[in-house]
Amino acid sequence: MSIASATERLPMPGMKVYNLKLGMWVFLLSEIMFFTGLIGSYIILRFAHPEHFAEPGVVLNVPLTAFNTFVLICSSVTMVKAFAAVEQGDQKGLRRWLLATIVLGTFFVGVQAVEYSVLWSEGFVPIAEQYHAVGRGAAHAGEAATAAVLGGPLYGATFYAMTGFHGAHVSIGVLCLIFVYLRARKGAYSAGSVGGVEIMGLYWHFVDLVWIILFTIVYLI
Amino acid sequence: MSTTEAVVQTHLDEHGDHGHEQSFLRKYIFSTDHKTIAKQFLFMSLFFLLVGGILATMMRWQLGFPSQPMPGAGGFPDTMAPGGIILPEFYNSLVTMHGTIMIFFAIMPLLVGLFGNLLIPLQIGAPDMAFPRLNMASFWLAVPAGLLMLASFFVEGGAAGAGWTSYAPLSASGEWTGVYLGQQLWLLSLTILGFSSLAGAVNYITTVISLRAPGMTWFRLPLTTWALFITAILVLLAIPILTGALIMLLFDQTIGTGFFRPEVGGEPILWQHLFWFFGHPEVYILILPAMGITSDVLANRARKPIFGYHAMVLAIISIGFLGWIVWGHHMFQSGMNPLLGTSFMISTMAIAVPSAIKTFNWLGTLHRGDIHFDTPMLHALAFVSMFIIGGLSGIFMANTPVDIYIHDTYFIVAHIHYVLFGGSLFAIFAGITFWFPKMFGRMMHEGVGKVHFFLTFILYNLVFFPMHNLGLEGMMRRIYDPNEYEYLQPLQPLNTFISVAVFCLITVQVLFAGNFIWSIFRGRKAGSNPWKSNTLEWSVPSPPPHGNFDGMPTVYRGPYEYSHPDAADDHWPQHLPPPRGGASEPHPAPAPSLAPEGVAP
Repeated sequence: MSIASATERLPMPGMKVYNLKLGMWVFLLSEIMFFTGLIGSYIILRFAHPEHFAEPGVVLNVPLTAFNTFVLICSSVTMVKAFAAVEQGDQKGLRRWLLATIVLGTFFVGVQAVEYSVLWSEGFVPIAEQYHAVGRGAAHAGEAATAAVLGGPLYGATFYAMTGFHGAHVSIGVLCLIFVYLRARKGAYSAGSVGGVEIMGLYWHFVDLVWIILFTIVYLI
Repeated sequence: MSTTEAVVQTHLDEHGDHGHEQSFLRKYIFSTDHKTIAKQFLFMSLFFLLVGGILATMMRWQLGFPSQPMPGAGGFPDTMAPGGIILPEFYNSLVTMHGTIMIFFAIMPLLVGLFGNLLIPLQIGAPDMAFPRLNMASFWLAVPAGLLMLASFFVEGGAAGAGWTSYAPLSASGEWTGVYLGQQLWLLSLTILGFSSLAGAVNYITTVISLRAPGMTWFRLPLTTWALFITAILVLLAIPILTGALIMLLFDQTIGTGFFRPEVGGEPILWQHLFWFFGHPEVYILILPAMGITSDVLANRARKPIFGYHAMVLAIISIGFLGWIVWGHHMFQSGMNPLLGTSFMISTMAIAVPSAIKTFNWLGTLHRGDIHFDTPMLHALAFVSMFIIGGLSGIFMANTPVDIYIHDTYFIVAHIHYVLFGGSLFAIFAGITFWFPKMFGRMMHEGVGKVHFFLTFILYNLVFFPMHNLGLEGMMRRIYDPNEYEYLQPLQPLNTFISVAVFCLITVQVLFAGNFIWSIFRGRKAGSNPWKSNTLEWSVPSPPPHGNFDGMPTVYRGPYEYSHPDAADDHWPQHLPPPRGGASEPHPAPAPSLAPEGVAP
């Protein structure tokens, strides 16, 4: 165990980046490939079957998600503030900004859950054989639009796969943030020891960045 | 500054902490020591190698003696082999699981899990991996993945039967194969294994970049470590693509999404693209470490510096890069745009250049060397010669017009076994016999090792060389009973011959297993450096203590200084300081300061 803690915590000769940070960057490279696979599949399916995809705003609630995007971007700002606080040795600021990030992240996932349940009730499901999207609010108004406008099974499947995997990343991020927050309360971080907060921030900004791409191609285009 | 010095001092103290006793569980089961994890991967993969071999034997029984009761199969359930006669559905499972287990649970963990863990920290002069606990997690994710894969044989419908490539739509719905749960377990198992590989890759890359000992510059790394480093990058970038595809296919199977199901608008060819975008880098994941091991063994056993070290490194890097732009050559017959096929054909043939550079450099290393024909060397020489055959048939198949003729035939089966068995597995045997003394402190028995090598080498060629002919005669891969086609019936004697050779080949492996187990307990004691090698792992006791090095080693030269005129001996270890007044290499790379720079976590 002593070896473990020694190698994990100390920068080795010749390296300007400490191991945890380098490890996180390397891990994020593989995350990029994961989302590249998903986004690439989405692009291929959409070009091959444009009739499966509805016009922006017809099925999906763009204003709600735009607001949610704003919330997630704000959480990146609070994350930066948390990192800035710990760099200046401001323990209280660190805890406060971490808590703000946790709240905003949880809010994002919550809004996504509400969005899912509404979409599901409108027939926008990932199950190919049961896809019968009726369009925004139509379930409540009792109207039915033409099938051509409302997309097809691939729309539901790709939507839930991409936003779902992103949502899972945000949820895992929130859990990690809670872990970092609990450690921060015990005083684990200081101006000379910012590693945990910094790599948490790297992950969080990555997830945020992925969402901006997903929001653009899934909701806006 | 004083605090950092104190930290560094603690750091060094902790490194010197060799005699520290650990509990049994920490030491052997949930160990964070890279050498123990390497051995865990070794035992796990050898077990799966055996399982994969048994599956192959059963397949060959059906092909050699079609629809005759298999000896010893009387106890098989009626869903697999009623009365010992293998059912077509069970045969599909055998084909699928043989490929899957051999690639993902035998060869890959042997090359990457065993040699990556064992050699990377030792060869670069590090006390352990950068993230030892992540390393432990890597192994303990591979175990449940393997158990799920094995469990799929015993569920209703049997194990996955859509081939190791699991092409959709065959794999997307149980309607076609009759396998529901088995296919889902297959997908789940490989997803979990993906996380295991990923944890390993993050560790290897970070370790090689940041834990090298002072003086261990990039161009002083042994080629095994270079190959494993590039392999780790390929794993890191290729596995997530597979994971994404696997999960999408799993959704198709369970939730009922339509990504790969054409009946609801999905694209089966998308699966092929995703699979092979992972799959071709995977091919190089399976061969690059083997090339590295071969380079180390050849240079050592020929007592010569490796020929063209820099060219070897650049060849590894360029193979690693080119591996990303050739995946379409697996899909010439998929209905892809022929113009696209042509571009894939050209990029594929370009890989012949770095491969040939490596091959000629190996020959250059051997040229006028003081060659010691012991077991590791014999296996390494087998690697080079078999890789040439497999590589040449690869160039052959890369030509679209040729591929039209031999696509999905036994020619392809012959090719993959020439690179994966003749290539990777012989290099694995070379590596195991070469580094066995470092792992267990004892030598393997040389006489038995040689007998095992010659029998394996001969039988292996008797099995796989005739498969080229089967393929050219038109026998398709994965076929249950070729006799159903009149034009394939004359091939039955050859098929029977191959099957008998397979049975002998598998039986001969008892020699290796026996030698392996016997040598762990009874082998001749090995000193720290039985092969008179230069690399750092041989500068420490066999087996190395927890923490590996007594203090931080300093590296003064490259890893292949054999028979150097300025050296006292015929080898010149990397960590030995140059003799006083010696003119050859007075300036080691300046040892960087130990003091941490920038932020410390």
